[in-house]
Amino acid sequence: MKENYYQKEIETMPVEEIKKLQSEKLVKQVKHVYENVEYYRNLMDEKGVKPEDIKGIEDLHKLPFLTKADLRDAYPYGLLAKPLEDCVRIQSTSGTTGRRVVAFYTQKDIDLWEDCCARAIMAAGGTNKDVCQVAYGYGLFTGGPGLNGGSHRVGCLTLPMSSGNTERQIQFMMDLNTSIICCTPSYAAYIGESLKEQGYKPEDIPLKAGIFGAEAWTEEMRKSIEATLGIKAYDIYGLTETSGPGVTFECSEQTGMHINEDHFYAEIIDPDTGEVLPEGSKGELVFTSLDKEAFPLLRYRTRDICVLSRKKCSCGRTLIKMAKPMGRTDDMLIIRGVNVFPSQIETVLIKEGYQPNYQIIVDRKNNTDTFDVNVEMAPEQFTDKLSEVLAMEKALANAIKIMLGINPAVHLLPPKSIARSEGKAVRVIDNRKLY
Amino acid sequence: MAIKQLAVFVQNKKGTLVSVTDTLAKNNVNLRALSIAETADLGILRLIVNDNDTAVKALSAEGYLIKTIDVVGVKIGDAPGKLTEALAVLDKADINVEYLYAFMTRTEKHAYVVLRVEDNNAAEKVLEDAGFHIITEADVDKL
Repeated sequence: MKENYYQKEIETMPVEEIKKLQSEKLVKQVKHVYENVEYYRNLMDEKGVKPEDIKGIEDLHKLPFLTKADLRDAYPYGLLAKPLEDCVRIQSTSGTTGRRVVAFYTQKDIDLWEDCCARAIMAAGGTNKDVCQVAYGYGLFTGGPGLNGGSHRVGCLTLPMSSGNTERQIQFMMDLNTSIICCTPSYAAYIGESLKEQGYKPEDIPLKAGIFGAEAWTEEMRKSIEATLGIKAYDIYGLTETSGPGVTFECSEQTGMHINEDHFYAEIIDPDTGEVLPEGSKGELVFTSLDKEAFPLLRYRTRDICVLSRKKCSCGRTLIKMAKPMGRTDDMLIIRGVNVFPSQIETVLIKEGYQPNYQIIVDRKNNTDTFDVNVEMAPEQFTDKLSEVLAMEKALANAIKIMLGINPAVHLLPPKSIARSEGKAVRVIDNRKLY
Repeated sequence: MAIKQLAVFVQNKKGTLVSVTDTLAKNNVNLRALSIAETADLGILRLIVNDNDTAVKALSAEGYLIKTIDVVGVKIGDAPGKLTEALAVLDKADINVEYLYAFMTRTEKHAYVVLRVEDNNAAEKVLEDAGFHIITEADVDKL
């Protein structure tokens, strides 16, 4: 198959030239941030780094890191580097009180983000002859808007379906001959199962490719989706903090995701010391936005554990590749595509009058995440009426759903029934074996 | 006049019930009646025993969540249709029964029904007015 590129010059640029481009952009970006973002200026001043100390990408390690805590402290405008009148959009992470990330975009920021998504779609074989069904959520979540924009740029006939309503997804897919679908891998698996139940064989399904991201998935899951839908399944990665999906994307080789490193510079660091590790080392992935205007994060710690590789790729792209993330350095869980911190569950429990004695159990059944929350009841909450216990479980599940946007199964338990090791309860049991 | 029922909150897993009854046995507490409501995760045991204080102390010491609740105990004839008669009285008075369970004794030709309702006094009054005998703690002790 002939390889398609959206921006061939950049995607196949010799490594030395990419580095030169990155250096030029970084010098300008650091100056822009220092002049316009007081929060980061203070961090640089504390570290004794001036913009003129950053002469190229080799000086990047001198700059301070940004973390999710910084984003929270600076919420909402503290990291904004452009006047609001120059901004045209916000996107936000899934409804998470206290940890909500609001990212701002100028039109140029939107353009470069959509370019990145267009590269991902073309790397998956997309052209203007394709019908691209975007079944990521639309709205504050970056998935729908990002791939929608990328699909337009490639010239695909774009189906802005958003997520859910599987029957309608299938109807449009079959009636309009969708050739590329973009959604979370678990939703792709679900659509695949539904098609199978309706008697469709892989060869009856018009799809040829899928672009799946926003949650961790395994090679086994890839094979299963590919077999059920009769497609090639491509991984895509990104985060709201850096723009959204398309920061990195997979090509036909399916051995990791190319990083759009003309826009996003990746480092791997030791999560404990912050020291930059050489290529091929496993560590925490850190991104620097090289040319975003409104929300240009420098050295943002993603908390994803990952490995980078510049090994020659058969697709012809010279862009460095990242492996699938292998874990997290914090306790964040991604359940059904939504970021979940145990502390959020704790916040809901306290607000609803429960003691924070709980356990989150996540598993994956039929390629869909299950989400159970066990909660110990306090003595004064106990009632002899089963109907009341069930009503309390339902109310608590609803409160968690309002906080997170996803529905848990809540199980109220007697006090001290959640196992504690060395007096400390295990808060999360993740049985999904994703990494 | 109501009688005392103990409610014990337990996890629905193997060995729980035997551990509760074993604790009671070791403390010489005799069970008069027992009913269980359960889901896949949890169980609520409702007990009528001969010695509430000892039972509460022993089970609490084992870490069980336990609550003492007043319920209505009513004596009914041991014959077909007798329970229906009692329930019809409550229904007519618009008294909702949350749950109930019944037990027999060795000696008397009666059954005893334990009723969990919102307003014990109201339930007892309509049942007594209809000629039913409401049982007391003293009655339970004599069983």
